[in-house]
Amino acid sequence: MNVEETELPGFGVRKDFMTKSGRRIGVVAHRDGETELIISAWDDPDTCQASIPLTGDEASALGNLLGSQRIVMQLTEEHKEVPGIVTRQFSILPDSPYRDQPMGKAAIRTRTSVSIVAIMREGEVLPSPGPDAILHAADLLVAVGTQEGLDATAMILRNG
Amino acid sequence: MDPIALTLIELGAVIFALGFLARLAGRISMSPIPLYLLGGLLFGAGGVVDLHGVREFAHLAGEIGVILLLLLLGLEYTAKELFTGLRRSWQAGVVDAVLNFLPGAGVALLLGWGGVGALVMGGVTYISSSGIVAKVITDLGRLGNRETPTILSILVFEDLAMAIYLPILTAVLAGVGWLGGLQTVAISLAVITIVLVVALRHGHRVSKVVHSENSEVFLLNVMGLALLVAGLASAMQVSTAVGAFLLGIAISGTTADVASRLLEPLRDLFAAIFFVAVGLNTDPLSIPPVLGWAVLLALVTAITKMATGWWAAWRAGVAIPGRARAGASLIARGEFSVVIAGLAVTSGAITGELAALAEAYVLLMAVIGPLAARFIEPAVKALRRPRKPKRETPATVG
Repeated sequence: MNVEETELPGFGVRKDFMTKSGRRIGVVAHRDGETELIISAWDDPDTCQASIPLTGDEASALGNLLGSQRIVMQLTEEHKEVPGIVTRQFSILPDSPYRDQPMGKAAIRTRTSVSIVAIMREGEVLPSPGPDAILHAADLLVAVGTQEGLDATAMILRNG
Repeated sequence: MDPIALTLIELGAVIFALGFLARLAGRISMSPIPLYLLGGLLFGAGGVVDLHGVREFAHLAGEIGVILLLLLLGLEYTAKELFTGLRRSWQAGVVDAVLNFLPGAGVALLLGWGGVGALVMGGVTYISSSGIVAKVITDLGRLGNRETPTILSILVFEDLAMAIYLPILTAVLAGVGWLGGLQTVAISLAVITIVLVVALRHGHRVSKVVHSENSEVFLLNVMGLALLVAGLASAMQVSTAVGAFLLGIAISGTTADVASRLLEPLRDLFAAIFFVAVGLNTDPLSIPPVLGWAVLLALVTAITKMATGWWAAWRAGVAIPGRARAGASLIARGEFSVVIAGLAVTSGAITGELAALAEAYVLLMAVIGPLAARFIEPAVKALRRPRKPKRETPATVG
C-alpha cells in the first residue's frame, strides 16, 4: 500500500492512496487538529466527490470501524467450529457509565462469561486487554461469547 | 461640533457601513474586498460624501492593516513549507511571474507611465490574492483535490516573490537610483535568507519570546514586535510589510496558531480600513476613463493565469478538468494588488490615473476570480460531454 503524503502550505497535510476500484481515498490533516475525510469522484480522480470534516472522536470511531472489521472476521472464522460462540463489537458511547473507568470495574467476564479480546482505539489494536485497561469514548471492544452473554454485555456497557 | 466628535461619528458610520458590506458579500459568497474599495470611492475625495476627518486616521490604520495582512500571511506558513514549496514549484513560479507581470507592465508603458509605472502595474497584475484563493478552495471543498498542492505552492512562490519585490518597489518609489536599488535588493535578499535560516533552525526561540499563556500579554507582545520590526524594516528602506511577513514566518508551531487566532479580528478590522483608505484617496471620476484598459487587462491576465495554472497542473500529472480548475482558481487578484497600488499612491511618485486603473482592475478581478473558479467545473464538463457519449458505470466495490 503506497500512501502518498502531500504538504498543503497554509492548511496541513494530505495523506491518500489509490484503491483497487480506482478511487483515491484519504484524509486531510488540518494544522489546527481537524481531520477531513476525502473520497475522489469516480469520473475524475483529481477531484473530490466528498470531503467530510470529522471531529477527533468521529475520526477515531471511523478508524476503529474499519480496523475492527478484519479482526471480527478472523475471530468469527476461528470460532466457526464451536456452535453458539459469536464475535461482536461494542462501542463505548460518550455517556457510558464505564467511560474513563478501568475495564475491570464493569466485571463483564464475571457477570456474563464474555471475553473482551481486543480494544480498538484510534485505529490501533490493544490485544487481550487486562482489567486495568481504561475505556475511552469511541473505543471499540471486540467481544467473544454466547448470544445471551453478548446481549447482557451490551446492556452493561450502556447502562451499568 | 467638536472635531473629535465629528471624526468619531464619521469613523463609526464608515465601519458600520463596512460591516453591512461584509454581510452583503457573505450573503452572495464573494470577497468583501471590492465592496470595501467601492465604499472608499464613494466616501472619498470627489465622492458622494467627503469624509475629511476620517482620512488621517484611515491612513495610519491602513498602514497597520497592511502590516497585519502580511504578518498573518507569514504565520500561515512554516519555513519548511516555504522551502518545499519553492523546490516543488519554482519553474511554475517563474512562468507565473513572467506571464502575469508583462501584461500590466506593458499597458503602463503604452500609457506612457514610464519604468516606475510599469514596475507597479506589473506587480498589480502578477500577484494572485492568496486570501481569496484559499477561501475559494475551502468553500468549494477542493482541499483534497490533486491540483490543490500545485495552486498552493504557486501562491507560496508569489508570496516569497513579494518579499523581494516590495523592497525593490519601495526603493524605486523613494527615488533612489540603480545603485541604491541594487543595494536594497542585496539587503533584503540577505535579510530574507537569514530570517528563513533562523526560522528553520531556531523558530522555537523566536516563538518563545512572544509566547505567553495570558492572551492579553501574548497579543501585546506579537503586536508590539510586529510594529517594531515593520518600523525598523521601513527605516532600512526594506518596506514595512516585508518585515511583518518575515516575522510571521519566524514564529512557528502552536505559537503561530494562537497568534493567528488572536490577530485575525484585528486584521479584519484594519485591513478593511486599509481598503477603504485606498478608495478614499482616489477620485471616482478618474475611473471611467481607464475602465477600457482595466477590462482589457482583466481579460488578458485572466487568460495568462489560466495558462499558468494549466501548465503547472499538467506538469504535476493532473488531468484536463483539474488543469482548468487550477488555472481558474488563480485568477483572483485582491489584497496584495491593492497593497502595491496603495504603496505607489502614498509615495506620490506615480500618476493618479495609475491608482484608478489598479483599483478598477482589482474590482474586476476580485469578482471574476471566485466566479471563474466556481463555474469552470460545469463549463469543462459541458465542453467535454459531447465527445464521450458512453457513460461508464462506476466501478463496483468489493
